[in-house]
Amino acid sequence: MKKNNLISIVVIIGLIFAASIWYGRNNGLLPVAAGDEALLYDGLFNTILAIAFGFFLVVEGVLIYSIIKFRRRKGDETDGPAIHENLSLEIAWTAIPTVIVMWVAIYSFDVYTAMQGTQDLGGMAHGGMHQTVAQAGYERGGMPMSKATLASSKSDGVLMAGTLPAGGDDVVAIDVSAMQFAWIFNYPNEIATAELHVPVGKKVRLNMNAVDVLHAFWVPQLRIKQDVIPGRSTYLEFTPRVVGEYPVVCAELCGSYHGGMRTTMVIDTPEDYATWLKEQQEIASNDPEAIVANHPASNPVSQMSEQEYLAGKVAQLDSDRQIKHMNH
Amino acid sequence: MTQTLTPTQSSGASGVEPTKTPWWEFFTFSVDHKVIGIQYLVTSFTFYLIGGALASVVRAELATPDSDLVDPAFYNSLFTMHGTVMIFLWIVPAVTGGFGNYLVPLMIGARDMAFPRLNAIAFWLTIPAGLLLMSSFFFGPASTGWTAYPPLSILTNEHVGQVIWIGSILLVGTSSILAAVNFIVTIWSMRMPGMDLFSMPLFCWAMMATSVLALLATPVLAGAMVLLGFDLLIGTNFFNPTGGGDPVVYQHLFWFYSHPAVYVMVLPVFGIISEVLPPHSRKPIFGYKAIAYSSMMICALGLFVWAHHMFTSGTPDWLRVFFMVATLLVAVPTGIKVFSWVATLWGGKLRLESPLLFAMGFISTFLIGGLSGVMLGSTPIDIHVHDTYFVVAHFHYVLFGGSVFGIYAGLYHWFPKMTGRMLNEFWGKVHFVLTFIGMHLTFGPMHILGLQGMPRRVAQYDPQFAPINVICTIGAFILAISTIPFVINAVYSWFKGEQAPDNPWNALTLEWTTSSPPIPHNWVADPVLTTGPYDYGEEYKDARKEAIASSSSAA
Amino acid sequence: MQGSITPVTATNQEEIIHDHAAAGHAEHPDLRVFGLIVFLISEGMLFFGLFAAYLTFRSVATSWPPEGTPELELLLPGINTIILVSSSFVIHQADSAIKENKVKAAQLWFLATFIMGAIFIAGQIYEYQHLEFGLTTNLFASTFYVLTGFHGLHVIIGLSLIATVLVRSLKSGHYSNTSHFGIEAASIYWHFVDIVWIVLFLLLYIL
Ligand code: HEA
Ligand code: HEA
Ligand code: CUA
Ligand SMILES: [Cu+2]
Repeated sequence: MKKNNLISIVVIIGLIFAASIWYGRNNGLLPVAAGDEALLYDGLFNTILAIAFGFFLVVEGVLIYSIIKFRRRKGDETDGPAIHENLSLEIAWTAIPTVIVMWVAIYSFDVYTAMQGTQDLGGMAHGGMHQTVAQAGYERGGMPMSKATLASSKSDGVLMAGTLPAGGDDVVAIDVSAMQFAWIFNYPNEIATAELHVPVGKKVRLNMNAVDVLHAFWVPQLRIKQDVIPGRSTYLEFTPRVVGEYPVVCAELCGSYHGGMRTTMVIDTPEDYATWLKEQQEIASNDPEAIVANHPASNPVSQMSEQEYLAGKVAQLDSDRQIKHMNH
Repeated sequence: MTQTLTPTQSSGASGVEPTKTPWWEFFTFSVDHKVIGIQYLVTSFTFYLIGGALASVVRAELATPDSDLVDPAFYNSLFTMHGTVMIFLWIVPAVTGGFGNYLVPLMIGARDMAFPRLNAIAFWLTIPAGLLLMSSFFFGPASTGWTAYPPLSILTNEHVGQVIWIGSILLVGTSSILAAVNFIVTIWSMRMPGMDLFSMPLFCWAMMATSVLALLATPVLAGAMVLLGFDLLIGTNFFNPTGGGDPVVYQHLFWFYSHPAVYVMVLPVFGIISEVLPPHSRKPIFGYKAIAYSSMMICALGLFVWAHHMFTSGTPDWLRVFFMVATLLVAVPTGIKVFSWVATLWGGKLRLESPLLFAMGFISTFLIGGLSGVMLGSTPIDIHVHDTYFVVAHFHYVLFGGSVFGIYAGLYHWFPKMTGRMLNEFWGKVHFVLTFIGMHLTFGPMHILGLQGMPRRVAQYDPQFAPINVICTIGAFILAISTIPFVINAVYSWFKGEQAPDNPWNALTLEWTTSSPPIPHNWVADPVLTTGPYDYGEEYKDARKEAIASSSSAA
Repeated sequence: MQGSITPVTATNQEEIIHDHAAAGHAEHPDLRVFGLIVFLISEGMLFFGLFAAYLTFRSVATSWPPEGTPELELLLPGINTIILVSSSFVIHQADSAIKENKVKAAQLWFLATFIMGAIFIAGQIYEYQHLEFGLTTNLFASTFYVLTGFHGLHVIIGLSLIATVLVRSLKSGHYSNTSHFGIEAASIYWHFVDIVWIVLFLLLYIL
């Protein structure tokens, strides 16, 4: 009896482990990972999801078991056993979550610094830490990242906003301006577009400013998001990985048409990117306003002066246009 | 510890009809904590129906990707008012004002709260606050979310609505502070002779932790509201970057309150669960001290995690890391509670009636919300899902699956005490099943929406998300329907229900020693402590028999 | 049961109920001072929040106070500070006096505190009128007015508490060495207002 109990407990714990790890690897909850950082993210996400799923199975399992096993039978007026506590059990369920949570914190910190923590903490996370990330990513079904890729994300140092993506392995720097309810992307040489184009495989840096209220730049397939704040610049860095078209979403409530503040990010092959840049260059030299004006959502906005925004005049856009824009 | 059977005080026991609270007193400035408790519960439940009606419109709009039912600007007002009403006029007043007021004095053997008149004032502040907020529907209600981030909230078109919103937050805030003062003093100083902190029911521990949080955090929100009000009305530039202000400072002040507020909304519910499980599973609460301490731990940690709502706000890295670690640590004390509850159920004789069903429902759904909370607590994870439906899913799991389920568990458990009538068990089960299904159908799929890329607070969304949104909307309508059996059951039973005995669940805490409903000053004579609050179990059976014998001879 | 009730007979039940109804507060020790202190912790957090906001604005700004803000005059606020801080000692005398049942003395000390507080407010108003910046001039000006204004509001509340106590004390026997909640409360509140001012003065004028 005692031995049987032990065996079944071990078997159950084993099954829960297996189920959690399986679910962590096969949840399919995230969209395509279109950037290098997204791979790191997915490794971390899958790991934490597996842990959460394990706890979920344990607690729900006990609840369901109790409903079946311990429900009162008809006519039974007795009480249960008067168990008030069990010290070793209580120590276990305090210590295990503490250890897990601390481990999650370290792993998260590591991924965080590798993904975008380029500011104050940059120097602190070299060496051993990265190995953890690489290993963990590997173990948990994320893509193993080479140390070099990770390290490069913070060794770039300070970049001048608006530097030309001059050949070689420099960083593509793009100025982003957010306003109710449009994104405008400024490339060097006076190029201003409503659609974001970036070349695959190169590090991209967005220097972001808002004209009126808070917005947030989000590309779900890159797993990165940053508030865009008026009066202060913020930035994002990422390395596009998979060629394709992805939505750029405004994730901070910014007024009536917050839901319509969307555009597209295109990850181009280097050749396509060069071609596109050249086209834009030509348009820009002919008529600098043309591109912005072409964009349905930004059209009424661009004709407004900054003063009008600050006076609180929220642009009342034609909602049909908005929807067309959204669905394009 | 021994158990004694108490000579209860319904008319049968003592031979004298105890004085009853007349019905009209519930509509007056009564200072009786039980009357105030019920006033809070009924008022806040009314606001729950209003908030739910607003949510139903939100869900109806979201049934299609286009913005076709309401104007997008009005949509923003809808969820703003929904969130505000649910948090400030439903959960906070219901769990602290409602259950707290009704139960704390009864559980610690006091005749009333320490400051009865202050108590009444605190309640009567919430009525104008609610009416004020509702009145803003005539002027264009606030539309900048329940978070009201500037500069949007300063530049908003709904100027009047925003000002009204600030006013009513200040009123409920004041009410909350006054109530917190009252609870702290009452629990600390008014316990009956012989009841030390560790023989107090766990609900009182939870109320203590809650009140400390409300006391320390609410004034900071008031400060933020005042500054925001100045920006709106007088043209100062505290939070407006054009004048050199800093919108991020507002976020810090707001979340310094609003994160603790989520524990204000859930700690009393934890307390309710700790009260409901033992009598309905006929076992002592498992790990009394651990649960009591974990409430205090959550209270302490809860004050230092607020910036996890601002991981994408451009806060410095060290701040994000600090708050990530603090946030993740909250999982430990909460886990202690969850595991202790489950251990309480283990081996018991579960009486699977509505109170226990809702309590177990609470554990199972709150768990999901808590686990998604831990995922959000990890900074890099949050950066992707912040301001998406993943967050919406998280907080409805903890607020609806947590707080609301717990409130229902508490209502089914104490309804007989409060009204002297039993609720109908069949309709209670129907209510539970519908709520449980509706809840998971509404909020479960939202996790996927958020991860896949649907932001929150949008009236129009990418059509690829339409099918999942339809499921959510169907779930929301099931939820709306699920309230109907409860409301009918409660109203009908209150007047016509089966008469409740003084102690229908054979429970041990002090509120069950008086009549149902209790008389105005709670007991005819002073109660005497004889056992711990959770001495259930077969081992006490002999002692109980003895006690029955001795107490019946005494009476 | 966690508890039981001492059995009561039918005859004394009415009596007990009646007793409790009439007794009201008298049945438990006077908790009002405790309550006041708990409430003041909350009030303290209000100022803490505002101070924290001020410090953040300050640390984020490139120059503080922002370019072109006129220097703050130190003399008048300095005198004001001395008056307010010493009034705390004055009101403490009242507290001590009443505990020795010296009602007259307590009245006098209260009157002195009231006058000192009134001078503080008058000084504040004078300062407001002669400042070269207004509420909306810049961020520093706004925080300055809101902080001092909030504090001034509390001084005025304190003054009205003191005035109330003074008026009540005219009725002989209202306050005594055993019953002096009003006096105690007013002086605790006054100390609180004072402490807040010290922090505020250091933050706004000195730092
Ligand atoms: C009752 C309300 C309530 C409760 C209890 C919680 C509990 C928690 N919340 Fe939640 N939260 C909200 C209400 C609540 N929250 C609301 C309203 C918002 C959104 C506000 C807005 O933006 O509008 C929000 C948003 C929110 C965010 C910000 C998301 C964003 O906007 O980007 C974060 C991030 O860290 C977070 C984290 C947590 C954590 C870690 C807990 C923890 O306390 C959970 C702890 C519980 C458990 C973990 C489960 C049980 C534990 C175990 C079984 C032990 C073992 C577990 C592990 C080791 C993992 N919450
Ligand atoms: C305790 C808090 C609480 C509760 C209980 C709920 C309950 C519900 N909420 Fe929640 N919700 C919030 C707190 C809460 N919510 C908060 C804080 C936000 C964020 C706001 C913001 O972004 O600023 C939010 C946001 C929010 C959103 C996101 C909106 C957006 O971002 O665009 C959605 C969308 O589905 C939603 C849906 C629901 C639904 C369907 C319910 C249902 O569970 C409701 C069920 C109840 C009913 C349906 C009542 C039934 C009533 C009747 C049957 C009577 C009918 C009466 C008349 C017609 C007069 N809520
Ligand atoms: Cu821009 Cu939302
Ligand atoms: Cu939080």
